[in-house]
Amino acid sequence: MISKQDVEHVALLGRLELSDEEKELYTEQLNKILDAARALQTLDTSSVPPTAHVLPIQNVFREDKVGEHINLEEALANAPEREDNFFKVPKIV
Amino acid sequence: MELFQLTAHRLHGMLTKKEISASEITSEVFKRIDRVEEKVKSFITQTREHAEAAAANTDRKIAAGEKIGPLEGIPVAIKDNMCTEGILTSCASKILNKFVPPYTATAVDKVYAAGMALVGKTNMDEFAMGSSTENSGFFPTHNPWDLERVPGGSSGGSAAAVAAGEAIVALGSDTGGSIRQPASFCGVIGMKPTYGAVSRYGLVAYASSLDQIGPFTKDVTDMALMLNAICGHDPLDSTSANLKQSDYTKALVNDIKGLKIGVPKEYLAEGIDPQVKERILEAINKLTSLGAYVEETSMPHTDYAMPAYYLIATAEASSNLARYDGVGYGLRVEDAEDVIDMYMRSRSLGFGTEVKRRIMLGTYSLSAGYYDAYYLKALKVRTLIKQDFDRAFEKYDLLLSPTSPSTAFKIGEMVNDPVQMYLQDVCTIPVNLAGIPALSLPCGLVNNLPVGLQLMGKAFDEGTLLRAAYTLEQNTDYTRLWSEVKGVE
Repeated sequence: MISKQDVEHVALLGRLELSDEEKELYTEQLNKILDAARALQTLDTSSVPPTAHVLPIQNVFREDKVGEHINLEEALANAPEREDNFFKVPKIV
Repeated sequence: MELFQLTAHRLHGMLTKKEISASEITSEVFKRIDRVEEKVKSFITQTREHAEAAAANTDRKIAAGEKIGPLEGIPVAIKDNMCTEGILTSCASKILNKFVPPYTATAVDKVYAAGMALVGKTNMDEFAMGSSTENSGFFPTHNPWDLERVPGGSSGGSAAAVAAGEAIVALGSDTGGSIRQPASFCGVIGMKPTYGAVSRYGLVAYASSLDQIGPFTKDVTDMALMLNAICGHDPLDSTSANLKQSDYTKALVNDIKGLKIGVPKEYLAEGIDPQVKERILEAINKLTSLGAYVEETSMPHTDYAMPAYYLIATAEASSNLARYDGVGYGLRVEDAEDVIDMYMRSRSLGFGTEVKRRIMLGTYSLSAGYYDAYYLKALKVRTLIKQDFDRAFEKYDLLLSPTSPSTAFKIGEMVNDPVQMYLQDVCTIPVNLAGIPALSLPCGLVNNLPVGLQLMGKAFDEGTLLRAAYTLEQNTDYTRLWSEVKGVE
């Protein structure tokens, strides 16, 4: 069972600030969803390898050459706040 | 028939014979949008000037006697999770409600390169999380067959736009059924190509190992033409498959004699609307009468696909959506005390209920102490599901099922029960876990609402899917049913 405290902890990890109402709702719903997920525990997977990706993935290399890139103004165009050529954020420490 | 009801290949024929101009097509489609959009609400952004410029360019080429490509001047709608330089790309989320990308997704670039006319960016469930388009951060989209019903989701805006004649074709994205289920609900064709067939560069990520872009069309020929336009290797997507470019129109063959089709009994088990099942059985009879060999088979791990999917997809989502921090782009709250406060309050204000629910679930299943029991377990079950498909495809060329267990449900009917909503995707989810291609083809009506037939194929064997769909289309009225759309009149 997931408790309201678990929900608060997970919300902090996911950088979400939840209202009391949301905490109650997610406690109830996550329990329901994880109940459904417990069905997986009935399968014996001790000798089954995990599949993180369906394609045979290999590293993709390219020459270390400068390609096209967006310019500074384009990169900053969506910034909520900027100062000179930097993204500006509130104090960190 | 009105111009907006025609297929792309038919319009192309009229363009090359100079019976109409591309500008007239665009103008007719926008007249249609002006007439029905208030009721359907397919679009987040309309791009009339963009479409008119593309159409004018096509007309210039025709006037100059230049040859035009098969999709030139054809109006297309694009789901709002594909980046379009200079055009709002919101993912139907308040957190991106002002985001104008500095670059264009490869799939969209290819659509531009084909000369198509972008009519707008379509509504969706926020970040493609949902099965009804009710989770849009802005407004729900309505099903053109019955405005009180959902169009399906998450690509509901794209499906509704094609069904309502607001675009000739559209692009959507499919992580667990988000192209096929809305295609089924709206009576059009929707296809999820093989994972890696279409570049994901510029597609806003939801669950990167499952996401795939694909088209919505009204007939199978248009589907082949759209695949020709958008498939292909892209060095900008490291999971893009490096294969030779195919000409999918070569698969448009009216012959399925000897084709072996398996029907997994788990997909027709309880929970399927009996009338939906009837339409599917009729389609099976049709396939048999056309010379296919159809038999029941079993995919024993099907029931585990839904829980495995929701653990894997949400784990990937919780990681992918960590980037929305209010720093470089997107919503930021005012007067934050410090940077952590800014992250937390911006994300909480910008994300909707379903997105937060999925971030919570994914963060939980990846967190210390639960990783092995949930996330790793789900990845192992994914292997078992993939093996079910591998075994089935040793015996069959295609697999067949309903696309959705029901026809379009009423707006509001399921919003408070996420587990019930997630069950909507029970027939479509296994396909994404296995990475194979699948399409949804209309196969009749139940109470004047369309039913979708799902065909699933081997990896990179889109051709066989198209051949079967084309043969059904040529021998039934399946892909002409959409013209019965009456909800918007």
